[in-house]
Amino acid sequence: MTQVISSDRVGPGGILSPQEIEEINADLSHYEDNQAVCIDALKIVQKHRGWVSDECVEAIADYLKISAAAVEGVATFYNLIYREPVGKKVIRVCDSVSCWVMGYETVRDRLKSELGIEYGETTADGEFTLLPGPCMGACDHAPVVMVDNDLHEDVDESKVKAIVEHYKP
Amino acid sequence: METPLTQNIGPGKAPPNLAQYQANGGYEGLRNALNVSPEAAMDVVKESNLSGRGGAGFPTGLKWSFVPSGENSPTPKYLVANGDEMEPGTFKDRLLVEGDPHQLIEGMIISAYAIGASVGFIFLRCEYVLAAERCEKAIAECLENNLLGKDILGSGFDFELYVHGSAGRYICGEETALINSLEGRRANPRAKPPFPQVSGLWGKPTVVNNVETLCNVPHILRNGAEWYQNLGIGADSGTKLYGASGRVKTPGTWELPLGVPVRDLIEKHGGGMQDGYKMKGFLPGGGSTDFLTGEHLDLPMNYESIGKAGSRMGTGQLIIMDDQVCPVGMVLNLIQFFAQESCGWCTPCRDGLPQIQHLLEKLERGEGSWEELETLAEFPRFLGPGNTFCALAPGAVEPLQSALKYFKDDFDNHIKQKCCPYG
Ligand SMILES: Cc1cc2nc3c(=O)[nH]c(=O)nc-3n(C[C@H](O)[C@H](O)[C@H](O)COP(=O)(O)O)c2cc1C
Ligand code: SF4
Repeated sequence: MTQVISSDRVGPGGILSPQEIEEINADLSHYEDNQAVCIDALKIVQKHRGWVSDECVEAIADYLKISAAAVEGVATFYNLIYREPVGKKVIRVCDSVSCWVMGYETVRDRLKSELGIEYGETTADGEFTLLPGPCMGACDHAPVVMVDNDLHEDVDESKVKAIVEHYKP
Repeated sequence: METPLTQNIGPGKAPPNLAQYQANGGYEGLRNALNVSPEAAMDVVKESNLSGRGGAGFPTGLKWSFVPSGENSPTPKYLVANGDEMEPGTFKDRLLVEGDPHQLIEGMIISAYAIGASVGFIFLRCEYVLAAERCEKAIAECLENNLLGKDILGSGFDFELYVHGSAGRYICGEETALINSLEGRRANPRAKPPFPQVSGLWGKPTVVNNVETLCNVPHILRNGAEWYQNLGIGADSGTKLYGASGRVKTPGTWELPLGVPVRDLIEKHGGGMQDGYKMKGFLPGGGSTDFLTGEHLDLPMNYESIGKAGSRMGTGQLIIMDDQVCPVGMVLNLIQFFAQESCGWCTPCRDGLPQIQHLLEKLERGEGSWEELETLAEFPRFLGPGNTFCALAPGAVEPLQSALKYFKDDFDNHIKQKCCPYG
C-alpha cells in the first residue's frame, strides 16, 4: 500500500484523494448529518484502496468532523469493511445453511488447495484473499461463491479451478 | 392464476425500463393514489389486508396508521424499503429488486404519499450491487419524468428517494438496527417504544417495510382492495413469493396465492426430492424458524397455520433438510451464523449463542455428554422472547428447540455412538 501525500491534498480530510472527497460530498447532500455518511465514506475509501488503514480512519473522522473512535467503532462493526490489507480480489465462500445442505465444504476445501491458503489469508502474489461469507441470497443455486461483486452459482469442486483461473492476471 | 408481483420478471428477462413498465400498467396505481387523499390511499391498503412480508406478517395499513399525521406532526417523515435480506435461505427480495425496480419505486412513492413521507431510502445488502445499479437507473428515469422529486405529476406531493448499500451485518435487517445503520452508526437495535413510526430516523416518524410488502402496493392501488383479497386462498389476501432450497429437484422462488399447501411447494413447484434423497424436515421461513416435518405437509402455508403448528411462516422460503445430512450439524451451522451475527448488545445472546455453538461442536465430534445435552435443551428458554433486547436470539434458537423435539434420536445417537452417525 503506497499512499502518496502531495501538498495539495493536505487540508480537511488529509490523505483522502480529491476523487474520494468528491464521492463523499455527493453522499453528504442527502443525509441529515455527517455521521450518517460514515459507512459510505468507509466504503468509498475501501473501493479505491482495497482496505481501510488507520490513517484513513483518522482522515475520514477529520473530514466528517466526528471522532476517530466513532469511525473506528463503525468500521469494526460491519463485516465488509476490511481493516487489514486484502488481495486484489476477495473470494467469499457462502457457508450458510442452504449451501451447507448442498455440501459446500468440498468447494471450500478445493478453493483452499487451489489457492494454497486458509480462510483469512492472502496468496503470496497478493492476488486473492479467501474468506467465508454469510448467506448470499442465491440459495436456489447453492453452493455459491462470490469473487468481489461477481456471483458464481451452482459451484462444485470441478468448477473451482476455472473460476480461479478466470480471475488470475 | 394471477401473478402481479412477477408479471415483468422472468428468467433471462431484463428489467423493464420506464416506458415498458408503464405499457404494462405501471404507475397507474400511483395516479389513482394521487387522485385521492393520503388517508383514502391508506384506507385501500388497510382494506386489502396486506400483511408485512418481512417475517412477522403485521398488517401494513395498521402499521402505517401509527405515523402521526396532520399539520403539527413532526417532519420530515421517512420511508425505508428493507432489502437487507440476510436471513439464511432467503432469496426473494433480490428477485423483485433486480427484476422490476420500478415496481418497488412505485410502491414506495404511493406508500410515502399515504404516510406523508418526503424522503425514502432503499436499504440493500452490500452484495446486491446489480439491484442497486438498477434502482439508481430507474430512479433517474423517474426524476426525468416527474415521478420523483418536487410536485410529482402535478399533485403537489414531493418525494426524494435514495439507494443505500449496507456494509454487511445480519442485524441491519432488524428495523431499529437498520435505522441506526442508516444514521451511520453501529447497528445495535433500539429500545421500543418509541416505535419507529413515531420516532425513527433522526428522531422523526419512520416506516420500515420489507421490499416484497412495498411491491404489492402498486397493484392494490391499481386494482382495488377486493381484487387483492381474492388473490389469496380463504381468509388470506394477495400472493406470496414462496421458495425452496436444498435437495429438491427444482429449487427456486415462485409467486403463488397466499395460503397454498406446503406440499405444493415441495412436490409440485420444487419438483419433489432429488433421486436418492428423502425429506426429513424443513424450516418453513428462513434460518430463524422452527423445523416442521412430513406431518405438516398439508398445512396451508400462511402465518396462522404455520404459527399454530409451532413455527413461523417467516419469509416463506423453505429450507429442506434431507435424510443424508445430520440434524445436529445443520443446527450447528445455523447457530454459528447467529453467534457471528449477534450485535453483542445483550448478554444472553452475546454469550449464550457461542456456548450453544461450543456444546453442539462437541456433540458433533462425538464428545458430548448427557448432561451437556440437558444444558443444550435449556438454552432456548434462556434466549427466548422477552429475555433479549431484540428478536435475533429467540429466532436463533428456534431450529435448536424444534430439532430437539423432532430429531431427538439423532442428538442421542451422537452420544451413544461417540461420533456423528452421518459421518
Ligand atoms: C434479526 C432480524 C433480522 C431481520 N432481517 C430482516 C430483513 O432482512 N428484511 C426484512 O424485511 N425484515 C427483516 N426483519 C424484520 C424487520 O425488523 C421488520 O419487521 C420488517 O422489515 C418490517 O417489514 P414488514 O412490516 O413489511 O414486514 C428482521 C428482524 C430481525 C429481528
Ligand atoms: S438479541 Fe442479540 S442481536 Fe439482538 S440486541 Fe441482543 S445481542 Fe444484539
